[in-house]
Amino acid sequence: MSLNITKQNGGESPPFAVSLKDICKRFGPVRANDSISLDVLSGTIHGIIGENGAGKSTLMSILYGFYQPDSGQIELDGISSAFKQPSEAIAMGIGMVHQHFMLVPNFTALENIILGAEGQKGLRTGLQLAREKLQELSQTYGLEVELDSITEELPVGIQQRIEILKALYRGARVLILDEPTGVLTPQETDQLFEILKALKSEGVTILLITHKLHEVMAITDVVSVMRQGKLVAHTKTNDTSPEWLAEQMVGRSVLVNSQFAPGKPDKIALSAHNVCVSDKRGFNSLKSVSFELSEGEILGVAGIAGNGQSELLSVLSGIIKPAIGAFAIGENLFNSSQPADPAFLRQLGIAHVPEDRHAEGLILQFQAFESSVLGYETNPKLGRNLLTDPNIIKEHCSELMNSFDVRPPNPKLLSSQFSGGNQQKLVLAREISSMPKVLLVGQPTRGVDIGAIEFIHNTLIKMRDRGCAILLVSVELEEILSLSDRIMVMNAGEVVGTVDKLDATKSMLGKMMSGIATGAASASSASASPELTIPNLKGGM
Amino acid sequence: MQTSRLPAYVDILIIPFLNLLTALFVAGIIIAIIGENPFTALSVMLKGAFIYKGGLGYTLFYTTNFIFTGLAVAVAFHAMLFNIGGEGQAAMGGLGIGLVALSLGGVIPAPFVILLAIMGSALFGAFWGVIPGYLQAKRGSHIVITTIMFNFIASSILIWLLAGMLMAPNQMSPETVSFADGVMLFKIHEILNSMGFSVARSPLNISFALALLCCFAVWVLIWRTRLGYRIRATGFSTKASTYAGYRPEWIIILVMAISGGLAGMMAVNEILGVQHRVILNFTSGYGFTGIAVALMGRNHPVGIIFASLLFGALYQGGAELDFEFQTITRDMVVMIQGLIILFSGALAYMFNPILERFFSANTPQKEMLDG
Repeated sequence: MSLNITKQNGGESPPFAVSLKDICKRFGPVRANDSISLDVLSGTIHGIIGENGAGKSTLMSILYGFYQPDSGQIELDGISSAFKQPSEAIAMGIGMVHQHFMLVPNFTALENIILGAEGQKGLRTGLQLAREKLQELSQTYGLEVELDSITEELPVGIQQRIEILKALYRGARVLILDEPTGVLTPQETDQLFEILKALKSEGVTILLITHKLHEVMAITDVVSVMRQGKLVAHTKTNDTSPEWLAEQMVGRSVLVNSQFAPGKPDKIALSAHNVCVSDKRGFNSLKSVSFELSEGEILGVAGIAGNGQSELLSVLSGIIKPAIGAFAIGENLFNSSQPADPAFLRQLGIAHVPEDRHAEGLILQFQAFESSVLGYETNPKLGRNLLTDPNIIKEHCSELMNSFDVRPPNPKLLSSQFSGGNQQKLVLAREISSMPKVLLVGQPTRGVDIGAIEFIHNTLIKMRDRGCAILLVSVELEEILSLSDRIMVMNAGEVVGTVDKLDATKSMLGKMMSGIATGAASASSASASPELTIPNLKGGM
Repeated sequence: MQTSRLPAYVDILIIPFLNLLTALFVAGIIIAIIGENPFTALSVMLKGAFIYKGGLGYTLFYTTNFIFTGLAVAVAFHAMLFNIGGEGQAAMGGLGIGLVALSLGGVIPAPFVILLAIMGSALFGAFWGVIPGYLQAKRGSHIVITTIMFNFIASSILIWLLAGMLMAPNQMSPETVSFADGVMLFKIHEILNSMGFSVARSPLNISFALALLCCFAVWVLIWRTRLGYRIRATGFSTKASTYAGYRPEWIIILVMAISGGLAGMMAVNEILGVQHRVILNFTSGYGFTGIAVALMGRNHPVGIIFASLLFGALYQGGAELDFEFQTITRDMVVMIQGLIILFSGALAYMFNPILERFFSANTPQKEMLDG
């Protein structure tokens, strides 16, 4: 498939920064890239979107020299190029900012930037030269970074700038950004977009890999959609809509921004009082957290990853014990001297969909049916006395797979052989099948396909309407806004404030998440100054 | 454990077979170098292990030892614990038997003494496994280091006792007095001869049946009980085990108790079956070889039975080699065993990449791709 957008310069063919021609790449029988042809205009921001497994990363890895295509050609500025390894791609002006930063945490920003490109005149001279060059780069693109700060002490958004500077320092004219906003606050995302615009105005070509449609709409000039290894759509961003793009990604129409009817909170199912958690070094990761969670409501916990949400889930599910404070479920009170135990909590009807399904939710080396009873193997239906019956468990797993549409519905496959969405559905199925009173959910749709996201969201709402109390921790603000009845915002281990869904706006939550505003203040300021309010949020991924 | 992308039968059958073949091939080259015919040597070994009078009995006797120590390593391995302490746990098991048999022998009827002695071996072995287990679970001391150290401690304790308090009077060897009459296990050849079959003398005793019973028990434990499920879950992912509420530290301690108990029961075969007194160094390396047995048997009881049989045959057939060839000494036999341990233990996965390439080219398989 070859789609051209060359007509915009009056018939004269403009220079393409990148031109991929019939790229094919197979892994075993899987066609990760099926004859992909893609032209990227110089000085544009080009979005590449698709579900997990659509082949975006493979395509970019080919461009960056990680993989060699089985067939097809790469042209840069009209010159045919083939890269055997990333260093060759870097030499040709291609830079990549990975989703997970490749930085040495205890190096200074400057040291990280020049790592591997120190210059040949001794380190000291190299550092000085680099400093001058970087100051120039920073000024040109508005990429301000304190070069002498230790990297790990810098906010994530700044660390990302270091990654971008690293690429630019090596002379990148084409910048590939892989899911750059996953770890950023809304404010940091806005800043990133400003930087990207500055880069674009200086003629840098940007390839943005993402699955967030609203970002595509906000920043890109052109967007290409990939599905199952093929390029299925290619269009100017102005000519399209998030709904249409979502449809192209999934291959059917989906609800991009689901609006659910509000829940009907009943009596209190879980309450926490001044819960504190400190680690071995005495660092308080959770500081005096108090809240109440009612039956039939979803309490969303918003926050930038690493601000205490994970610890909150761990405490409430009994994995770690509170240092101070207590939480109550029904008549059972748990505190430091009387800590909760995950197995006992399960008996009380507390189910937990953990944030990290690979490390906690599933055992990847287990067959699916074994993973499908993790934590529930004492269920008397699954075996007599102390024994387990694999056949009954397989049947049980088949039922779960059918009712939760886990594909392929084969209990004997290894847990690692399922896609992210199907793994998550299996975990969710296991936890929900116990008919819990309280459901603790962490990052339910992280790394999950759009189709599965819709299913998971609907399932959570169904559970809520059945009277389950749900605590939803997510770094996806859209998800929180779409599902929650109330939203609790956390920053640095503290609850900044709790707002009602109807009062909540994205910008307000963003400010609370970064600790700038408290709930009450920002709730009142939001009502006082309506210009802060963004009425309708586009794109619900 | 390495996750293999090979079909199960390749992993279980073909790879161990290839490893064994490679080891024998290299051993054959060395035998050829010293001027003997490798094929003659192989046939002598096989005859010695299975055909000559009493050969099979001896082979199965050694097999029994390997089954116990191999199972011990395998059970621990399912919780991703590398129990190198089989040697010390077996030695302590022997001490357990000795204490029971010497204190109760002649006081209560022999069958009860035997039962209690077997329990004693398991308990003492378990105790010797639990301490490193506890140190691993609660203090983070690495189990490999501690179990190795506990081998030395056990050995020293035995020397201290057998050359001291427990030493038989009026003689010079570090050993206890013989157990009371009847405190010994029936020999298989005695049983078979009494049934009218003519079978050559061998030390093979009913511990062999106990070993097979333990194989079945381990299979049930690991694959059919909740505890086994938890052990495997903990082995694969401590985090998931914590999440599920299994308390990984207790699982570790429990697994080391079971593992140590199995290793301790090796002493049943040697002490209760043959020696009828506690001697020094009766473990003679079975605890260590158990690691190779478990590796070769892929930590599965059935695999361990076959691997134990192989090592048992090597021990017995090796002795025969030593006997028949002047040029092949006992050290030569140890070398052949070493080669087998090398190829099926240390280099167990040597052929995996080649086979994986072969099978991935020939069988369709699903790969998960990211983005």
